[in-house]
Amino acid sequence: MSTDGVDNSRRRFLTAATSVIGAVGTVGLAIPFISSMNPSARAKAAGAPVEVDISKLEPGGMVTIEWRGKPVWVLRRTKETMKNLEGMADILADPDSDATQQPAYAKNLYRSRTDSPNVVIMVGICTHLGCSPQYRPELAPDDLGADWKGGFFCPCHGSKFDLAGRVYSGVPAPTNLVIPPHMYLSKSVILVGKDGGVA
Amino acid sequence: MDKLVALLGWVDERFPLSKMWREHLSEYYAPKNFNFWYYFGSLAILVFVLQIVTGIVLTMYYKPDGDMAFFSVEYIMRDVNWGWLIRYMHSTGASAFFLVIYLHMFRGLMYGSYKKPRELLWILGVLIYLAMMAEAFFGYLLPWGQMSFWGAQVIVNLFAAVPFGIGEPLSEWIRGDFVISDATLNRFFAFHVIAVPFVLAALIVVHILALHEVGSNNPDGIEIKKNKGPDGIPLDGIPFHPYYTVKDIVGVVVFFIFFFAVVFFAPEMGGYFIEPPNFDQADPLKTPAHIAPVWYFTPFYAMLRAVPPMLGSQFPGVMVMGAAIVVLFFLPWIDRSPVKSIRYRGNSFKIALGVFVVSFVILGWLGTQPSTPGMTILAQIFTILYFAYFVALWFIPKFEKTKPVPERLTS
Repeated sequence: MSTDGVDNSRRRFLTAATSVIGAVGTVGLAIPFISSMNPSARAKAAGAPVEVDISKLEPGGMVTIEWRGKPVWVLRRTKETMKNLEGMADILADPDSDATQQPAYAKNLYRSRTDSPNVVIMVGICTHLGCSPQYRPELAPDDLGADWKGGFFCPCHGSKFDLAGRVYSGVPAPTNLVIPPHMYLSKSVILVGKDGGVA
Repeated sequence: MDKLVALLGWVDERFPLSKMWREHLSEYYAPKNFNFWYYFGSLAILVFVLQIVTGIVLTMYYKPDGDMAFFSVEYIMRDVNWGWLIRYMHSTGASAFFLVIYLHMFRGLMYGSYKKPRELLWILGVLIYLAMMAEAFFGYLLPWGQMSFWGAQVIVNLFAAVPFGIGEPLSEWIRGDFVISDATLNRFFAFHVIAVPFVLAALIVVHILALHEVGSNNPDGIEIKKNKGPDGIPLDGIPFHPYYTVKDIVGVVVFFIFFFAVVFFAPEMGGYFIEPPNFDQADPLKTPAHIAPVWYFTPFYAMLRAVPPMLGSQFPGVMVMGAAIVVLFFLPWIDRSPVKSIRYRGNSFKIALGVFVVSFVILGWLGTQPSTPGMTILAQIFTILYFAYFVALWFIPKFEKTKPVPERLTS
């Protein structure tokens, strides 16, 4: 092939133009493949609210229900443990729940709806790496120290939370446990996952 | 016989079969002084083939479905002909693969096999190691036991720790759901049996091609290509086949004795190869009392737990864990000593390498233990010692007294 009179700038332009169009096409085709791995319509629809009946829940008792595939704890605290929540501020990372880990109506000492402060509803997933902490209501057990006033202990990496799901300072978990949106359908039936937009 | 020769000639005109045989086996000249440590490359290929073959049989009976997976594994163990053997070979093979690769990497560290001209060979090896970790991680979810589920939950949540609002969508993209679920299991199956094995196979081929381009290092760390005879063949080299193929058969036999001893008598290896909680089906509502990854991941897991959260984020721990692997890519340029083999390097290097290996093993043990304040401090100390090795490698050549490296191989 003769290379006489080759217009190199023309060749460069054609090579560049072909490469750019090819790259655009490749990126365009990659989008459906990457997007196909996102949660499907069915997975998104599975997040329907769940009802819990707490009429048989004793003070100090806890039930675990499943909402969006996650464990959700419904805990009815005793008068004594509620009182214990008050003097904890020094050892907690976020005692006033300033991080938005809860709906506005649960940003209070008990992290509950104000009309039934003894009942708290929490997503039972550690905010560190997603293990489900253990409910440890007993006072000052051997493994958790003399200061322990009941709470939740994550076996995976040792994070500690009090009975309102507030995280201790100096543990791996960075934030308080999540309070899901919830509302009372009656005095003893709670709807988890929906709050009707009311505070 | 003449017909066979003619057939070979027919093939050779159309495909470089004889040429490839010569280049990679009968006329690939390897140093004549390979020792014990040189078994693990060929053993790694053996285990890879074992994993592929046993894996193919397992996929014939396994069901990648959240409701059926756990019981399909039980079905393989109880009802499928020889299913228990094939499954235990596969689960033991995973641990054997990592053991062999760790010894293979240690060999490289000892004899400076990552140094010029083998930098790319080393990098390809680290890429294989990364692909193996991905393969093992995806595979561990498939039995759908408690440890499968919660182990995957923790590891996928590592990605959720990425800041700037990327983390949460990224982890949902990996899971295909808001928690580990059937969708996650199904796609991990796809990655485990199709995507990653292809990548692994390709990387292994490229690793071997790169090796045969630069030639093998050896316990003396001397380039045999510098001393060639009049025929252009390295004076200290011997053809890979038959010399090393025969030697490697001995390695294979010894390896199989240990391998099948584990498969037959201790397939769970006291909870280190198959962890006890994995005999319970995955329960998204309940985390086992103590969770830990399989032994080959525990050194990195210990590093992850050693780093406290900073600024309300546990991303620093994830960074440290990632850095522990990424730093390996830069090893050829971190170690500036012109001497390759530990045989001719000073005591400072020997001590540094010893501390590094001990730290890695202790971190591995710490990663299997529950986290207590005392354990966390130990993990912090050994995490620092792990990284200190790479700092030391940079500075040691400045004062190190190396021995003179001979011109020719010594044994």
